Amino acid sequence: MPLAVEFDGVDFAYGQGPAVLTGVDLRVAEGEFVAIAGPNGGGKTTLLRLALGLERPTRGAVLLFGETARTFGARTEIGYLAQRTKIGVHAPATVREVVEAGRAALRPIGRLRRDDHAAVDEALERVGMHELAGRRLSTLSGGQQQRAFIAKALAAHPSLLVLDEPTTGVDVAAQDALGALLHRLHEELGVTILYVSHEFGAVERFVERLVLVRERIVFDGPPSQLPGLWHDPSHTHA
Amino acid sequence: MLDLEFMRLAFAAGAIVGVLAPAVGFFLVQREMSLIGDGIGHVAFAGVAAGYLLGISPVWTALAAALIGAGGIEWLRARRRAAGDQALAIVFYTGIAGGVVLISAAGALNANLFSYLFGSILTVTGSDLVVIAVLGIGALVVLAVLMRALIAVSLDEDGARVAGLPVPVLNGVISMLAALTIGVSMRIVGILLIAALMVLPVIAAQRIAWSLRSTIGVSICFGLLSVLVGLTVSYYANLPPGGTIVLAGTAVFLATSTVEALRR
Repeated sequence: MPLAVEFDGVDFAYGQGPAVLTGVDLRVAEGEFVAIAGPNGGGKTTLLRLALGLERPTRGAVLLFGETARTFGARTEIGYLAQRTKIGVHAPATVREVVEAGRAALRPIGRLRRDDHAAVDEALERVGMHELAGRRLSTLSGGQQQRAFIAKALAAHPSLLVLDEPTTGVDVAAQDALGALLHRLHEELGVTILYVSHEFGAVERFVERLVLVRERIVFDGPPSQLPGLWHDPSHTHA
Repeated sequence: MLDLEFMRLAFAAGAIVGVLAPAVGFFLVQREMSLIGDGIGHVAFAGVAAGYLLGISPVWTALAAALIGAGGIEWLRARRRAAGDQALAIVFYTGIAGGVVLISAAGALNANLFSYLFGSILTVTGSDLVVIAVLGIGALVVLAVLMRALIAVSLDEDGARVAGLPVPVLNGVISMLAALTIGVSMRIVGILLIAALMVLPVIAAQRIAWSLRSTIGVSICFGLLSVLVGLTVSYYANLPPGGTIVLAGTAVFLATSTVEALRR
């Protein structure tokens, strides 16, 4: 299976600061659903930023679909949900307007065309938000907002879906619903999913692979092989 | 009032400013850079002073200084040499200090200077109106063409960067348009008050708008209303137009805040 993401002996530090990541080797095949977890400050968001090409490794190489991540050209292949996104908090954006912004890189100039509208409608349908498309985002629950952001990430039909702390500010029931939604999207679309979070209870049942990061990769395997004390049904793994 | 040519010119120029300022300001507010107009305005003050000192039209030196100031803020921000508010503070204070030193050196601390700082309905000429119309309409066309990309960056800068949008270029475009707006508006509203016209109508519109697009539309209506009311009051009460326009904008904000409170 071709690789979607590849880390080869990667070290990283911000400026002259201490090492954030050391000796990271990681290979994610196309179509995998992988949870990347670890304590806050353990380096998982940095690992994600390296994977997206937003940071340059101090040593080693990071590849996206076989190309150097920093210069990877087909950026619309990536659907990204940023950590603690502030979308719609200040602006009275509707759900549809947020999802349409997911087409901006494909259609930055001029009016949206029929296929753009179809892609937006499809993304809204997939996350079950079509009936709420005209609602202001700020009037929705945290779980519904996350669904809208996932629809935005899906709007350009990406091959790789990257979610950074998607359960922040979302109650446990909505977290479970989010996990089930991602599982369904993975099954239906065959999209590669990188789920990065300090806890992984919401997706523990669904992911094929769990990667724990604490400056280096300290566990990489099926969640079922994780030492028992790390499991926590209340979703408070740290 | 409209029998007088200078009032017709002021209203025509004011209408362009009333549309342009909130349209650009919408993107500043979304990026939490509401005060960038103030920072650029203070650099423009240094530009006015430089114009007096060099014997060049202050309009053009102010516009040039505003563009340089906007570029400086964006450069500091983009290169993470300073946080957004720190970048603004550096440019803001440097601008006002430079302006004071230059204006003193030029010996131009007079009433004419005040017309640049706080606006004047008597100063708009026919050739000014042509420049305001060309630059203003040009800026609006740029905004309309890049609207979706600019909204995507304003909503989610990291997401836009990952998707491959040229985020630094788009941020630079917004800063340059803010500088251009200040240059275009200085005759009517004044460089020290124009930033308010970029922000107040947008904040007011957000209280009653139902979507991003409606926010932009309602902001423009409020901007236009503030300018037209402000100029009228300015004419009849013999007050500086910049102050009356901004106070009209504040009244609109208070009205929409009341509407919002009553809805709850």
